[in-house]
Amino acid sequence: MAYVAFADRDTHSHDPDTFLTKYIWSQDHKVIAIQYAITAISVGLVALVLSLLFRLQLGFPDSFSLVKPNEYYQYVTMHGMIMVVYLLTALFLGGFGNYLIPLMCGARDMVFPYLNMLSFWFYLLSVIVLMSSFFVPGGPTGAGWTLYPPQSISPGTPGVDGGIVLMILSLAIFIVAFTMGGLNYVTTVLQARARGMTLMRMPLSIWGIFVATILGLLAFPALFVAAIMLFLDRVIGTSFFMPEMLAMGNTTEYGGGSPILFQHLFWFFGHPEVYIVALPAFGMVSDVLSVHARKNIFGYRMMVWAIVAIGALSFVVWAHHMYVSGMNPYFGFFFATTTLIIAIPTALKVYNWILTLWRGDLHLTVPMLFAIGFIFTFIHGGLTGLFLGNVTVDLPLSDTYFVIGHFHMVMGVSPVLVLFAAIYHWFPKITGRMFHTGLGKLHFWFTLIGTYSIYLPMHYLGILGLPRRYFAYGDTDFIPESAHLMNAGITIAALLVAAAQCLFFINVIWSLAKGKKADPNPWRAASLEWLTPDTPPKHGNWGAELPEVHRWPYDYSVPGATQDFIPQTVPANSGVAPRNEQETEG
Amino acid sequence: MKGLIQEQGPIALPASRVGLWVFLAVVTSLFGLFAVVYNMRAEFPDWRPLPDPTLLWLNTGLLILGSITLQRARSVSEKPNLNSLKWSLTTSSLLTIGFLFGQIIAWRQLASSGYFFTTNPANAFFYLLTGLHGLHLLGGLWFLGRANLKIWGNVEIYSIEEIAHLRLSVQLCSFYWHYLLLIWLILFSLLLST
Repeated sequence: MAYVAFADRDTHSHDPDTFLTKYIWSQDHKVIAIQYAITAISVGLVALVLSLLFRLQLGFPDSFSLVKPNEYYQYVTMHGMIMVVYLLTALFLGGFGNYLIPLMCGARDMVFPYLNMLSFWFYLLSVIVLMSSFFVPGGPTGAGWTLYPPQSISPGTPGVDGGIVLMILSLAIFIVAFTMGGLNYVTTVLQARARGMTLMRMPLSIWGIFVATILGLLAFPALFVAAIMLFLDRVIGTSFFMPEMLAMGNTTEYGGGSPILFQHLFWFFGHPEVYIVALPAFGMVSDVLSVHARKNIFGYRMMVWAIVAIGALSFVVWAHHMYVSGMNPYFGFFFATTTLIIAIPTALKVYNWILTLWRGDLHLTVPMLFAIGFIFTFIHGGLTGLFLGNVTVDLPLSDTYFVIGHFHMVMGVSPVLVLFAAIYHWFPKITGRMFHTGLGKLHFWFTLIGTYSIYLPMHYLGILGLPRRYFAYGDTDFIPESAHLMNAGITIAALLVAAAQCLFFINVIWSLAKGKKADPNPWRAASLEWLTPDTPPKHGNWGAELPEVHRWPYDYSVPGATQDFIPQTVPANSGVAPRNEQETEG
Repeated sequence: MKGLIQEQGPIALPASRVGLWVFLAVVTSLFGLFAVVYNMRAEFPDWRPLPDPTLLWLNTGLLILGSITLQRARSVSEKPNLNSLKWSLTTSSLLTIGFLFGQIIAWRQLASSGYFFTTNPANAFFYLLTGLHGLHLLGGLWFLGRANLKIWGNVEIYSIEEIAHLRLSVQLCSFYWHYLLLIWLILFSLLLST
């Protein structure tokens, strides 16, 4: 039933006419996408400010008294959780998933628009609940973003009164919101594609978002189960996870529970979560690279299967986050092996990106710069992942800044660079305005060099043995003066990177007000979203008739063609044959 | 508050069916993980299994009958005359409500003999799993209730799309019921086995 274009029949499109139905209680996927994006970026800014506060403490422990030890843990915890779940997951899937799926597949909207609207409002509620934990007695939880029991719900941990309860509630609400959105994304991709849009003609952005959503739908229940049980342990005193123990010198009511059980559940969610963020980034960066290099993506089919393989493998590597918790050596061997195997499809993708660039007609536009920057940061972050995947290397490095450097490179900076690439790339379509190129390039160079100066030194600090999670180091023998100096340097770089993000916001606001009116297809791209009759697309996306797809979205610089790109809607017999049917692998 | 798709009649059929399948995949993941965690936690020495109330057998019977009547509703919904659908839909809803009440009574029986939520992880899991399963049924009842309201209304004036929509919701409900019955049977055997 995949090709039944649901809107190809005469129907009244029920255009929303009041301000309220158009912008607030909207069921239009584009408005919901923007609502998701604004909420996610706002809450991300909170997390950014938190990181600056604790970086000031780490870089200049004697000069600033902005944070107390308790607050340090609270800010670190909130920074991590917000960035991973409430910013990256929400922005990639709720934001770009919502915006791009119907437009790139040639649908008029998501298949369940009402559910889609509910998804956003539940997401907003989860953010409000999370933010409210800053204002309850005891403040937000300081248990670390992994929320490991018993420590997360035992007296002495910051935020054990209200913060942890609100955190768990907020996560549960987020999961409900994600499930409602996810049902939409998967069903829309499966059921509402335009005529001719076979699965193997979908842009890689959609493949990445599609597989990431499936991962999310199967992995978030693990967090949900963990959250329910942790909630019951905390609130009514069950002992699912809580062992018999002393807390603050008193015996507790708990007994017999298993903290390791929580870790298994958490990481069964937590590792696929890495790929929930990474796969949409992989997909979107592929499209940006191909468009701005004026070349077809190298090895399209290989790229699709790599996305699917990474998605499947991501469910069997979770315990590599638990080497330090102790496990049967055979388990460690198994999980180290699967972890290293996942490097194969990942490396394959990296090679294909580079081969896409090879001898391409590179246009170093702002989105292209960010996309190329991503290749660098991702290779660096990915390689250190190979170190940490081995049990014997992980054990000494696990509790050091090496790990901070690794995962910020691979799942902090890399996805954020793709997000910026994607925002700059689709900005003309979303807003109908061009952004300021000079400001964009300035933003890129500050961000790339700045983030490198933050995270590259951290690897060195980690190998030196500088432990993470410490509020201040004081005078410690094995930490040389130069390490303190380096820490101060990292903080200054962090401040600069944060300041550089102002360039982005200035650019967005300036462009919305004064930007040049955008051409409907400024990058001369071949995929469907650039072929809408209106820019920005109106409700219903396609005007009177749905597009019909005749080729893959990567027909760039086709020999013999009149233009250097052939839109997906151009029939096969008009001049040149569709290319992916001629030569499937690049 | 209707979106673009709802008014478009039969074409919405495959989408909601696929949507249900995807949702059931999520439900499977949720209960599957609970089953794994249940087994892992049951291996710890403080696990004290609780007696399974005999009432659960009766409840299981009710749920099986509910599923059978809904399957019957599904087959008669294909016929042009929708009258026979009325009774099988309503019977099935009542049987399901009966199951849910039975579960609550089973909870009360356990609580009155001292098996409270927090006394032992076995008890906590019992309440948690039965409660979660009940909540899923309750969600299904919301859709079945809407189908009931529809069928007891004035069927003659319904458009072809409305009737098609009604048939679809009966089909989807029956599928969901069978699935939740399967989950209950697995949960029940899990609860009996420890």
